[in-house]
Amino acid sequence: MIKKIFSSNPLIMLIFSAVVLTAPIWLDPIGANYPDLLQKFAIFGIFAIGYNILFGLTGYLSFGHATFLGVGSYTAVWAFKLLSMNIVPAIILAIIVSGVFALIIGFLSLRRSGIYFSILTLAFAQMAYSLAYSVLTPITNGETGLQLSLKDPRVLDSMAGIIPQEGLPSTNLFGYLMKSYEGYFGFYFAAVILIIAFYVSLKIFRSPYGLKLRAIKSNQTRMKYTGFNTRPYLLSAFVISGMYAGLAGALLASIDPLAGAERMQWTASGEVVLMTILGGAGTLIGPLLGTTIIKYLENIFSALNPSELHNMFDFMPEPLQNFMVTIVSPFVGEGWHLTLGAMFMIIVIFLPGGVMQGLSHLSSFMKRLFGSKKDTTPDSVNDAAPTTSKGGH
Amino acid sequence: MDAILIQILNGLDKGGAYALIALGLTLTFGTLGIVNFAHGALFMLGAFCAVLFNKILTISVKVKDESITFFDAYKEQPYLEIWLGDLGNTIIDYSVPLSILFAIPVMWLVGVIMERGLIKYFYKRDHADQILVTFGLAIVIQEVIRHFFGANPIPMPPPDIVSGSAPIGTMLGLNDNIAYPWWRLIYLVFSLIVIFAVFAFLKFTTFGMVVRAGMADRETVELLGINVQRRFTIVFGIATVVAGLAGVMYAPILPPDYHMGMEFLVLSFVVVVVGGMGSLPGAVAAGFLLGILQSFASMNEVKSIFPGIDQIIIYLVAVVILLVRPRGLMGREGVFED
Repeated sequence: MIKKIFSSNPLIMLIFSAVVLTAPIWLDPIGANYPDLLQKFAIFGIFAIGYNILFGLTGYLSFGHATFLGVGSYTAVWAFKLLSMNIVPAIILAIIVSGVFALIIGFLSLRRSGIYFSILTLAFAQMAYSLAYSVLTPITNGETGLQLSLKDPRVLDSMAGIIPQEGLPSTNLFGYLMKSYEGYFGFYFAAVILIIAFYVSLKIFRSPYGLKLRAIKSNQTRMKYTGFNTRPYLLSAFVISGMYAGLAGALLASIDPLAGAERMQWTASGEVVLMTILGGAGTLIGPLLGTTIIKYLENIFSALNPSELHNMFDFMPEPLQNFMVTIVSPFVGEGWHLTLGAMFMIIVIFLPGGVMQGLSHLSSFMKRLFGSKKDTTPDSVNDAAPTTSKGGH
Repeated sequence: MDAILIQILNGLDKGGAYALIALGLTLTFGTLGIVNFAHGALFMLGAFCAVLFNKILTISVKVKDESITFFDAYKEQPYLEIWLGDLGNTIIDYSVPLSILFAIPVMWLVGVIMERGLIKYFYKRDHADQILVTFGLAIVIQEVIRHFFGANPIPMPPPDIVSGSAPIGTMLGLNDNIAYPWWRLIYLVFSLIVIFAVFAFLKFTTFGMVVRAGMADRETVELLGINVQRRFTIVFGIATVVAGLAGVMYAPILPPDYHMGMEFLVLSFVVVVVGGMGSLPGAVAAGFLLGILQSFASMNEVKSIFPGIDQIIIYLVAVVILLVRPRGLMGREGVFED
């Protein structure tokens, strides 16, 4: 029954859209219902979904994807400065430019595989990062970050006769400000883009193209021996994931028109890897799950401080309370990265398949637990088999 | 001519650090087959060994300052000074070189715990998993250090006697104007000594022979009935100590802060790749080569032709090398190729 639902694309999209669009409602009880955080879920979700097309399907571990996020952001802000405050041209331009960057970097990096590929992408990312800070300052505005200014020409806007009001203009979608409706407009826009991005990724996963990418992951040598040129497939996957990253960068910029080089740092690339593997690399919904978990925890953990911890452990006797605060406080606030690193290690060590693997373990465990009571029909056995084998690698 | 000499010298001490870190990376690559992204963090830990040792030496007590008579003034006086007098002060002055003695056991312990506790379980996993888990470990080490030592760089002065500059020009009979900081010269000599020690160990001991054999062809060594696994811990320990020593001695050159490891890690990986995966002489040669290249690229004459070249020269070289000579400068056939 459940299998049938998951094999039908329109049904999945229906459920997915419903879940995403109602996020403000069902995230309310856990205190995640405010626009800033919801936007982050959606935007980094797009980033992770795109990264998953490369890493999850082909197994090529890129350590430089934040470059494309940064390139997307810079392009979008330049579009705001030169063309129009409307986000549509900015987003389209950002996708194109980051796609071109991905094409160049991918073309060079994909000549090698395995760890050489990782190091090459890392080298390119570091190169882009250092250049953005030093020589490219006229384009990137260095450490200050690229910002809007009053003197920007905005050619399209002035042609359309939109005269800027007092102060800096805001980003908008054909007149609807991204910050309107208490910021929820920005979220819903990002959510719609996320749904489209998810649909594209779903189509890729379930196409012969996706199957070929998976075949590259499982045995590239065999693919080559059968007379199959893997290079164009890898390159196109790299470019697609780069364009997703550019799209995410453009969305970040359209919500807050500011782009800085720190978005391109290699720790940022590491974060998207973590999001993907935390949820489950190579699964459809995993990366989005991972993103939500990480961004939610980041939001909670980095806001805590020792005095709030004292309130949290209020129910304990005094010495125990102090002890708990001393134990926990290095992990919160400024120390959020410590939690992130520890989580990274724990996931890789114990659950390389991520949350999705954990869920499939859980479901097969439940089936074994309750299966003995019911009649084990051949059908249910068949259902259980693929889930266990999926978690086994 | 003088300018060239200065640039070569400038490159050599940085090159020494690259070479030492890359040496450890190559050792763990070649024998254990582990891609260790936490190696830069180990370098940083070494530097903080020097900081910690200095802190321990200068544990102080508050005493009344006799030189100020108008009011009651207090000053911090280290216990060492109270107990040992001038000798104590000398020891504190020499805290950086002395902390080598402190760093060796500490780093050895860190290395052994890391190998037994974590790396051991990743020999059979693929490289992506190794990269990810050691990347996580690097973040953890880094954040723990930040928690205890703060985010700001901590200046570590070298001993007074070598704090000035050496008149290299006069020594070599060239121009008198060429001067070079003593400590950097010491670092260069020190890194050469460590490199030669590691090479001698690998060349002239039975253990080293097995390690070299393992790097060339692990399967055959295992078939000969030698327990390679057991030796891995020691190899990993050596790599950790080498990285730590590189960090200890680097502390006076670059005030240690918690993320210095990451910067060096990326560069050292590039060094390893340029030198050739699994080739120890390649790693050392590439380390010095890239160090010198970087210092040439930061000359004003070069920068005026190619702006920003000093920032990216190393990555650029790596990209070119990987594309035209995928095995690196001295890489051997069949090592880490898939």
